Amino acid sequence: MKKLEAIIKPFKLDEVKDALNELGIQGMTVVEVKGFGRQKGHTELYRGAEYVVDFIPKIKIEIVVSDDILEKVLKAIEQTAKTGKIGDGKIFVYNAEEAVRIRTGERGEVAL
Amino acid sequence: MKFPWLIFLLIFCTPLSLYAEEADTINAGDTTWILVSTALVMLMTPGLAFFYGGMVRRKNVLGTIMHSFILLCLISVVWVLWGYSLAFGPDKGGIVGGLEWFGLNGVGQEPAPMSPNIPHLVFMMFQGMFAVITPALITGAFAERIKFSSFLVFSVIWVTIVYSPLAHWVWGGGWIGSKLGALDFAGGTVVHISSAVAALTAAVVIGKRQGYPREQMHPHNLPMTILGAALLWFGWFGFNAGSALASGGLAALAFVTTNTAAGTAALAWSFTEWLHRKKATALGVVSGAVAGLVAITPAAGFVSPLSAILIGIGAGSLCYLAVNLKSVLGYDDSLDVFGIHGVGGTWGAVATGLFASVAVNPGGADGLFFGNPSLLMTQIIAIAASYVFVFVFTLIILKIVDWTMGLRLSEDDEYTGLDLCVHGECGYDYGVAHGKNI
Repeated sequence: MKKLEAIIKPFKLDEVKDALNELGIQGMTVVEVKGFGRQKGHTELYRGAEYVVDFIPKIKIEIVVSDDILEKVLKAIEQTAKTGKIGDGKIFVYNAEEAVRIRTGERGEVAL
Repeated sequence: MKFPWLIFLLIFCTPLSLYAEEADTINAGDTTWILVSTALVMLMTPGLAFFYGGMVRRKNVLGTIMHSFILLCLISVVWVLWGYSLAFGPDKGGIVGGLEWFGLNGVGQEPAPMSPNIPHLVFMMFQGMFAVITPALITGAFAERIKFSSFLVFSVIWVTIVYSPLAHWVWGGGWIGSKLGALDFAGGTVVHISSAVAALTAAVVIGKRQGYPREQMHPHNLPMTILGAALLWFGWFGFNAGSALASGGLAALAFVTTNTAAGTAALAWSFTEWLHRKKATALGVVSGAVAGLVAITPAAGFVSPLSAILIGIGAGSLCYLAVNLKSVLGYDDSLDVFGIHGVGGTWGAVATGLFASVAVNPGGADGLFFGNPSLLMTQIIAIAASYVFVFVFTLIILKIVDWTMGLRLSEDDEYTGLDLCVHGECGYDYGVAHGKNI
């Protein structure tokens, strides 16, 4: 099992979610996050004073998938979240040790 | 214990029965308009609460709104008990009113001594709303860091020994209005210069907010600020046109100059900002409108609508420059009370000395541009006297309150915010678990 953390542009969430649904991914966790990469932040103006906002809003999708569909999932996120402009985000992949479905007590990939 | 009840009866019941009959100088139309104006000016204080409330950080929204709202309650009582008497009571050497009218003793339905066309009680209450909003304006300077109890004590003492005497000097038969002959139609000096000088003094005495200016402190809810500014503009018609103390032509003139200056100043601020920062902001437009309303206040009933446009242009551009100077000068007047009310109020008082015209209002005087340079000098003396008086006495009050009670919240409380630490509430509930905060 692999855990994916995909940081994407907020307005791309629906497209990514639909693409993952089509691959049979049955659940995901979504977090509103702030941060910066090479895109950097923006400036805001209040009564003539310029405020530099370093951290800009992004969406972080967390999903755990079985090893055999990992490549398809990565490709699906990459294709749907891409605009080609700076700030499209990143995907990180980790090993996931175990999964438990709380309701039934099932373990491993069947719990996904 | 019958004795306390007797005092209660004496203070609260006797005066009312003395003046049951209306004298025939009282004019129904005038009385109606001043009653309405009083209610309009009352609305400005909650408007100010929203104006300021939107500009602070989320954790301080209730504390900031509370600063204005509690003063509406507190000063309403102070004014009835002794504030009105000190400001408008029998003159003592041109300096202050006597305490003869303590608890509105002798203030009833009879014609008001200052304005016999309306009942004394109406005049008292109209003036009371000005006394409410003036200390509320100061709260923008020490927003997000003052101790609530100290703030209440400061405000009561300030209204008693700064606001009431100053109102007496200008409007209550004291030396500025009666002897010097300076013009202040609706409170440019009494309300705006006095609150702004007190605000600047307080900002310096209490010190900067933790993290200012390294940490960025954005307004948390600008739509709330814009709503507040709209309520201020609406209420200002009562403030300025009501200051004619009659319904009729003069009130109409003040109404028109007020609206014209507000619009012009908003445009001037916005245009200046556009040139400077390449964008016209919503906060800029409403700040400019308030600057224009402040600047036209002393002039409203003495100048023509075209002069109001020039006053508005000056207000919008000067106040924009002033709030931008704040970061250079390094003090933390958090919500720009001095930048807007101080600079706008001072410009308005000077501009009254430039643009006033007896052709517009025979009860006024001619200014510099109408051939009378002496009015400008008179205005400057009145401004300077107000600056010195307000600064010295505000400083003394602040120092005494600081030594005895402490002005500032503890570091932890300031970090957590006024809402939770001072009032035990949250302005907004963003909890995801069925309203439960995690």
